Amino acid sequence: MSNPATAQIHKDASQERQKRMIAEHFHRLAQAPDTGHKCAYTFVPGNLTELLRTFDVLPVLPEINALQSGMRGRSRDYIALAEKLGHSEDVCTYVKCDVGMLHSGNVGPTGERLPRPDLLLLSYTGCFTFMKWFEILAQEYECPVVMLHVPYQGDGRITDAMRRYVVDQLRRKVIPMLEKVSGKAYDEDLLRQHLARSAQAETDLVAVLEAAKHRPSPIDAYFGGVYYIGPIFTAFRGTQDAIEYYRELRAEVEERMRAGKGPVTPEGELEHEKYRVVVEGPPNWTSFRQFWQMFVDEGAVVVASTYTKVGGVYDNGFRHDPARPLETLAEYCMGCYTNLDLPTRVAMLSRYVQEYSADGFLINSVKSCNSFSAGQLMILREVEKRTGRPGGFIESDLVDPRYFSASNIKNRLESYFQMIEQKRSSGAGT
Amino acid sequence: MSSSELDRLLADAEHLYRDLTFQSVRDWKRRTGGLAIGYMPVYVPREILHAQGCLPVGVLGGGEDLEIIRGDAFYQSYICHIPRSTIELGLNGALDCLDGMLFPATCDVIRNLSGMWRMQFPDKFVHYLDVPQDFDPQVGGTFYEHELQSIAAALAARGAKPLRDDALAASIAVFDTHRDAVEALYTLRREQPWKVPTHELYLLLRAGMLLPVEEHVPLLRRYRELVLADAARRPMDQARVLLTGSFCEQPPLGMIKTLERAGCYIVDDDFVPVHRWIRGRVARGGAPMRDLVGAFLESGVPSAIRYAEHGGKGDDVVARVRECGAEGVVFCAPSFCDPALLDQPMVVRAIERAGIPWTAFKYSENTGQFQVIREQAGTFADSIKLWSTV
Repeated sequence: MSNPATAQIHKDASQERQKRMIAEHFHRLAQAPDTGHKCAYTFVPGNLTELLRTFDVLPVLPEINALQSGMRGRSRDYIALAEKLGHSEDVCTYVKCDVGMLHSGNVGPTGERLPRPDLLLLSYTGCFTFMKWFEILAQEYECPVVMLHVPYQGDGRITDAMRRYVVDQLRRKVIPMLEKVSGKAYDEDLLRQHLARSAQAETDLVAVLEAAKHRPSPIDAYFGGVYYIGPIFTAFRGTQDAIEYYRELRAEVEERMRAGKGPVTPEGELEHEKYRVVVEGPPNWTSFRQFWQMFVDEGAVVVASTYTKVGGVYDNGFRHDPARPLETLAEYCMGCYTNLDLPTRVAMLSRYVQEYSADGFLINSVKSCNSFSAGQLMILREVEKRTGRPGGFIESDLVDPRYFSASNIKNRLESYFQMIEQKRSSGAGT
Repeated sequence: MSSSELDRLLADAEHLYRDLTFQSVRDWKRRTGGLAIGYMPVYVPREILHAQGCLPVGVLGGGEDLEIIRGDAFYQSYICHIPRSTIELGLNGALDCLDGMLFPATCDVIRNLSGMWRMQFPDKFVHYLDVPQDFDPQVGGTFYEHELQSIAAALAARGAKPLRDDALAASIAVFDTHRDAVEALYTLRREQPWKVPTHELYLLLRAGMLLPVEEHVPLLRRYRELVLADAARRPMDQARVLLTGSFCEQPPLGMIKTLERAGCYIVDDDFVPVHRWIRGRVARGGAPMRDLVGAFLESGVPSAIRYAEHGGKGDDVVARVRECGAEGVVFCAPSFCDPALLDQPMVVRAIERAGIPWTAFKYSENTGQFQVIREQAGTFADSIKLWSTV
């Protein structure tokens, strides 16, 4: 999601800025035992970065560490180690990758050792496995754990009772625990300042993602998109750095749009946009570049994706609202993509296909993630039915290289794009 | 005592277990005109449905007898079996008798199934029951109470009786007697496992998924009387084991029999846990809804799907092993079951610390070959009998 430095050759100024921001963050983490900085392990969906920042607590995100391990070719060994320690071959490979990394020295993506947590902040949002993951980590670390249970949007909406439940937990559980761990008193005015900065960056992020409505799209909203969401999904929401990063990124993307340029890919700029597709599901990280290249080879650009909404859905109009600090955090958490019910996900994908003038949509179904994957075959049929555009289905995994079959995936993608071509020539579905 | 009566009772229970048309539910609806509301594992507060005149109907998938024709088109190979057989039952018309379905917060698969159900069966009542993982009465309790009230209101809007305090109090009392009856059988099995073979107990538990509670309680009591009086049931040289991991997708009956034939007395388990989710009777003292909520928060059993707020993962299993006098633990989880399989290493750590032997295998509800499991369980039972010091 962030800082996969090897994946792109050409680097824009925003990319250099992001790389610098992330390196500095990991360096701060590595120095934390010496500087006395407190660290909280937490998750991307439903993360409380602004609140943590209010207490000067640094976030560590195990999912990000896992995907980074996947990109750096370490996950195979980490997973093997976790399975040797008794973790089932059937369960989430992010968890096993994290457990394996922990038992291998806990070295982060920049090569520096990650600090032990001062707090496990279990933001239980949109993924059952999160709860088990932190129960496992709680056995490994002797530190306090605080749970924030975020109710699921089972009826496709947020009720007052749901909002109140989350706010009550923040007020009665999470904030007192952060005060205890950090030794700092809760400062709501400071939180409001962070939230106001978040909203600024969020508006620029939406502009970047929606630039893909233009033909040709100046961005790839999946493979490129995972870089764009990096800062806002991780440690930087609510910072001046994030504001500047997204302002810069937006300017670059709008300039590309004005110039009629396509997205930057690992092989340089994509000059001829042949297919526009929407993608549902996380990417595979172990063969990320190879996976992207398969799309590039076909002239396919991903114009919208759901994975880039796991850490917050902003293109529906949501912005962090400093006037209602805890309520807005609650609504943010409940609005993350994997916390949405299936009918809402179907509606969202159908809207993307229409609004982004896509030729079709693809589902990358990952073995590890039931939150995403359970129901995707029905999503496929429903979106096809509603949009009349063809859907494709491929299978891989997040960070277990054993489940990435390049030839199989390439074959399916080629067949899929041929199908789009046939529909075009017959005048159907476009 | 009449062994033929016992045989008939068990045959009736097995008939219910194998009836994938839900005929007993259809009959109940014809007799009463009430709403039948299905629920998936693991736990829903059936007292609410009962108090509104509805029949709670446990839907535990299609088991070993259902041929999956369309359900597989809904799920990838790496997802457990229960949702595909449940969809199959929905599509083949077996669940037409249900007026609605509750999908409790068991895991992401059951959660997402709630949305699929809503899209597939738009005319039916569908509710995702989000149970709190915060157990503070002021926080999680308030949220949970609102959840239950919203279910009650939705059912009333569909023709169920409005929820009244006196009716709910009476329903809690009825289910308290049910909890007593279930617990009495578990106690008897713990003390004299040769009297209560688990494959029989299991059929009785499954009957409770379909029968009205007023019929199920006498059934449990009569079974207990009959087996206590059955002098032919005599102790055998079996290893006492606690079985864990089978709380959602259920194993085939043949697998339970296989474990017993392999030399295991199952003296504690987590099959069909809705019956035992609340430990003991619901403590009374306030408004009935508050009491029911309080029982969930304070008397709910530790489980893989319940957040271990105070740590100590696996300590409950160690305590249960001691309490039931088990000599070993059998981890028996469905393939691809996130809650059970993510929990397992933590529980293993606790029971190894306590010096308790264990073994593990996986199944799916339609597993048909038990030879490997028989050999593994047999070896485990033999090793306990030969060498265990627990």
